Amino acid sequence: MKKQRVVVVGNGMVGHKFIENLVNHASASDFDIVTFAEESRLAYDRVQMSSYFSGATAADLALTTGEYYQEHGVTVRLNEKVTEINKAEKYVVSESGHKESYDKLILATGSYPFVPPIPGANQPHCLTYRTIDDLEMIESSAGQSKVGVVVGGGLLGLEAANALKCAGLETHVVEFAPRLMAVQLDDGGGKLLRRKIEDLGVQVHTEKNTKQIVAGETCRYRMNFADGSFLETDMIVFSAGIRPQDALAKSSGIALGERGGIVVNDQCQTSDADIYAIGECALWDGKIFGLVAPGYSMAKVAVSQISGGSDEFKGADMSTKLKLLGVDVASIGDAHAVTPGAQCYVYNDGVGQIYKKLVVSADGKKLLGAVLLGDVEAYGNLLQMLLNDMTLPENPEALILPSFDGQAPVGLGVDALPDTAMICSCYEVTKGQIKEAVAAGAVDMGGIKASTSASTGCGGCAALTKQVLDAELTNLGYEVKTDLCEHFAYSRKQLADIVRVKKIKTFAELLASHGKGHGCEICKPTAGSILASFWNDYILKNEHIGLQDTNDIFLGNMQKDGTYSIVPRVVAGEITPEKLIVLGEVAKEFNLYTKITGGQRIDLFGAQLHELPLIWKKLVDAGFETGHAYGKSVRTVKSCVGSTWCRYGVDDSVGLATDIENRYKGLRSPHKLKFAVSGCTRECAEAQCKDVGIIATEKGWSLYVCGNGGMRPRHADLFATELDRETLIKYIDRFLMFYIRTADRLQRTSVWLENLEGGLGYLKDVVINDSLGLGAELEAEMQTTLGNYQCEWKTTLEDATKLSRFKHFINSDEVDDNLSYVMERGQRRPATAEEKASASSTAFKAQRIDVLEVAE
Amino acid sequence: MSEWISVCKDKDLLPGVGLCALHLGEQVALFKSDVTNEIYAVSNYDPIGEANVLSRGIIGSVGDAVVVASPLYKQHYNLQTGQCLEDETVCLKTYATRVQGDSIELALGS
Ligand code: SRM
Ligand SMILES: Cc1cc2nc3c(=O)[nH]c(=O)nc-3n(C[C@H](O)[C@H](O)[C@H](O)COP(=O)(O)OP(=O)(O)OC[C@H]3O[C@@H](n4cnc5c(N)ncnc54)[C@H](O)[C@@H]3O)c2cc1C
Ligand code: SF4
Ligand code: FES
Repeated sequence: MKKQRVVVVGNGMVGHKFIENLVNHASASDFDIVTFAEESRLAYDRVQMSSYFSGATAADLALTTGEYYQEHGVTVRLNEKVTEINKAEKYVVSESGHKESYDKLILATGSYPFVPPIPGANQPHCLTYRTIDDLEMIESSAGQSKVGVVVGGGLLGLEAANALKCAGLETHVVEFAPRLMAVQLDDGGGKLLRRKIEDLGVQVHTEKNTKQIVAGETCRYRMNFADGSFLETDMIVFSAGIRPQDALAKSSGIALGERGGIVVNDQCQTSDADIYAIGECALWDGKIFGLVAPGYSMAKVAVSQISGGSDEFKGADMSTKLKLLGVDVASIGDAHAVTPGAQCYVYNDGVGQIYKKLVVSADGKKLLGAVLLGDVEAYGNLLQMLLNDMTLPENPEALILPSFDGQAPVGLGVDALPDTAMICSCYEVTKGQIKEAVAAGAVDMGGIKASTSASTGCGGCAALTKQVLDAELTNLGYEVKTDLCEHFAYSRKQLADIVRVKKIKTFAELLASHGKGHGCEICKPTAGSILASFWNDYILKNEHIGLQDTNDIFLGNMQKDGTYSIVPRVVAGEITPEKLIVLGEVAKEFNLYTKITGGQRIDLFGAQLHELPLIWKKLVDAGFETGHAYGKSVRTVKSCVGSTWCRYGVDDSVGLATDIENRYKGLRSPHKLKFAVSGCTRECAEAQCKDVGIIATEKGWSLYVCGNGGMRPRHADLFATELDRETLIKYIDRFLMFYIRTADRLQRTSVWLENLEGGLGYLKDVVINDSLGLGAELEAEMQTTLGNYQCEWKTTLEDATKLSRFKHFINSDEVDDNLSYVMERGQRRPATAEEKASASSTAFKAQRIDVLEVAE
Repeated sequence: MSEWISVCKDKDLLPGVGLCALHLGEQVALFKSDVTNEIYAVSNYDPIGEANVLSRGIIGSVGDAVVVASPLYKQHYNLQTGQCLEDETVCLKTYATRVQGDSIELALGS
């Protein structure tokens, strides 16, 4: 069968979703896909766009990659706007004149920001807010401005206001209507929102109709309003609504609605049966859906339709929950109580700044809508009640009244929801699907996300998804099991609390009081690490030595042949020529394979047990310390050369890295910890892939946390900016100790954060705002632990009884006879099994220059 | 079995931390349980990691069995029987042990 050619116009959120669904569809191989993108980049997450101003990059926002499209055989034409559709001959033409024929055409052209026809509105620094290019323009304009105005007090306008405020501008919102978020909120909600936003320092001007924009006196521009008043500003962002991008359809004779929008039926077909329209450009039942979830549903319908399926679009719920300028806002269903006979319950807490309204049916039995402000906890429950047409409880007002201590919260548990209830609208995941996933073995959020995609879109459903998961686990009789191993019925976090609070100092004590059996290779090192994190005893003391992995016992990493590697600490990657020479001499003397590591230090491989103390004696004498490359502990603080030499350096990155490495070296933790410090935003030290990353800026240090390289790379999150050294160290102390206290065994900070309830916001709260009141305690703990630092190699070398362990046999000076090496690129490496097998044959010896039998 | 050979002093073998001894040309991993003080001896060669390293593994228990976990790839070996718990075709040689005076001894013919 000849492949069908599908052309997708627009590579925005919905166009991309369509392609993703199609390439994952069973009949994907029946289609050739071509997509045209007017923008210069592939689809990105418009919903999260505002996070650009809190540190996210264009790359973070990307929803896909060129490789992904290539892998799936999708042709992309970036920067190519489609300008013509020939319906009769079924081809499209792009701006550059490229012609592409189609069997099915998908219009996913989205919408564009509406700029009111105000004289003066098309000058420089008068911008809109829709694309990443817009963001870049806003950022650059803000850099040259002191005052900024957003025209439009709707959802997007308030997001734009947030952006201006983040950029440090004096920010104003100018709204035509009498209240903010007029579409979603009622009068009471709008008033409270205004108060909250004004408290944050954003000035709100309602009922203002801008007549013209002229040159200003104190600022770049002056906005003259119809009522005779005016406002001076340096820049303006228009956010006065969106309009469907239907120009292409219009010029091609495809039917449009009266006020714009490409008319589609339940199959998402336009007036031409081979042309579909999906997303914000589509007009269904007289409605445009300005949210992403309905667009995703349309994408699914269109894929189904062109591949012989029968899915239909049946409308979508427009309820929303968001955080605007830090204020929680939610609106559900008929928020304005326009349904005939509708009645309202209102709770208005002017002191706590909380406003909630329930709209119920005339008979008081069904929920019709709700408005929540300041406290949106009830959102999930209320939305489910509405969507599933559930009967309200006896006293509906209890649903929005605060619950006081001791009183059980009112509401319907997730148990009351039918299996068909839509939990995640981004990915259309129902309660039933989550239950199935749990039954199939997904017993944590990570598992649910991986198997159903629930809560991997906007994230709005995370709390509800977790509730369904937990309820289901309980229903199935699972205990949510976090036991460390068969010997301890506790999680690592619980054991850490026990050790800390009960001041337990040894594993024997811990096993006797809280465990059973003999322990194992899981609980012993974990306990060893916890004991070290809090008490930082010498780890080779008799009562601790049996807990350590061989790497920790012999203070080196065991290699594949049973020999060890040696990684001395090279603080911040800075090393004197003298020390470099010592390393070279030692490596030469003991014939150690030598390599520069990825952590800016030098690894010497192939030392046998009896050689370790001899080697380390020389290194310690030359001023080296152990690098802890073997421990679950602080590894390296990578640095770039910074302001000392680099022409771009803003601050002394090597100096800070040195201080930090010296401060935290020896700290043991649930998993290894890596740091980096860069001297400017060029980021040569790659700080954004470290557990703790620091970047110098003109205004102070920026702190990033929870990055990871390794098997699942994760960009670090921006945690705080404009820090002086003292605050920086304080935050790192708190952050690390909080991690050490609460993380799971072998859980890097990246995974820990992803599993931390409340996420980054919560972490910031704990560390920066000291919301748990733990700050001083965490700092003191860190101080105690760091105060007990010792170089384990130095201590070991001074203890003859410890040194007696460093030989292969307790009863002989012979060495392991199973070691043999081959020369390669001028150094020795372990022989492979085959090489060993043929080591005795003369042919092998002739080929290889040097087979070292190491037995001396 | 009447002949025994001393391989080390009892005080050399710390509870919970293995040692390697040379016994009639063979490498033997010795362990003393940190819970019962029982002494065990098995071959030091890890047949899966293909290196002489088992004395450097962590000792513990799986159910009732006292085991050592290989320091290379973490397979468990029953110290009583030598059996590998993850691969039934792999079994280590074991040695009879006893404490005589202040010495640990291995049986000659085992
Ligand atoms: C030597 C070195 C490779 C090299 O030749 O450059 C190395 C070698 C090892 N790495 Fe690494 N890693 C080395 C830099 C890195 C880096 C790069 C960095 O630190 O900038 C990464 C990615 C960054 C990160 O960790 O986020 C890295 C990610 C890993 C991982 C994956 C961690 C993860 O979260 O996914 C492991 C496995 C683990 O820890 O569970 C690992 C584990 C190991 C082990 C310990 C594996 C083992 O158990 O034998 C290797 C033994 C080293 C030895 O025998 O001395 N190594 N490893 C590097 C030593 C740096 C140092 O000076 O200490
Ligand atoms: C700042 C902001 C915040 C938002 N927050 C939320 C939120 O919290 N929740 C929510 O649900 N929704 C939110 N939205 C709305 C959401 O982003 C949109 O619903 C969604 O992006 C619609 O997807 P789409 O593919 O239809 O349109 P778009 O994502 O706009 O994609 C259309 C693409 O088609 C391209 N195009 C247009 N014409 C042509 C042509 N002729 N040839 C080639 N390419 C063309 C455009 O350049 C564009 O890239 C937000 C939007 C913005 C701007
Ligand atoms: S990060 Fe900046 S200061 Fe550091 S080396 Fe690179 S360019 Fe120079
Ligand atoms: S509703 Fe958006 S991720 Fe689930």
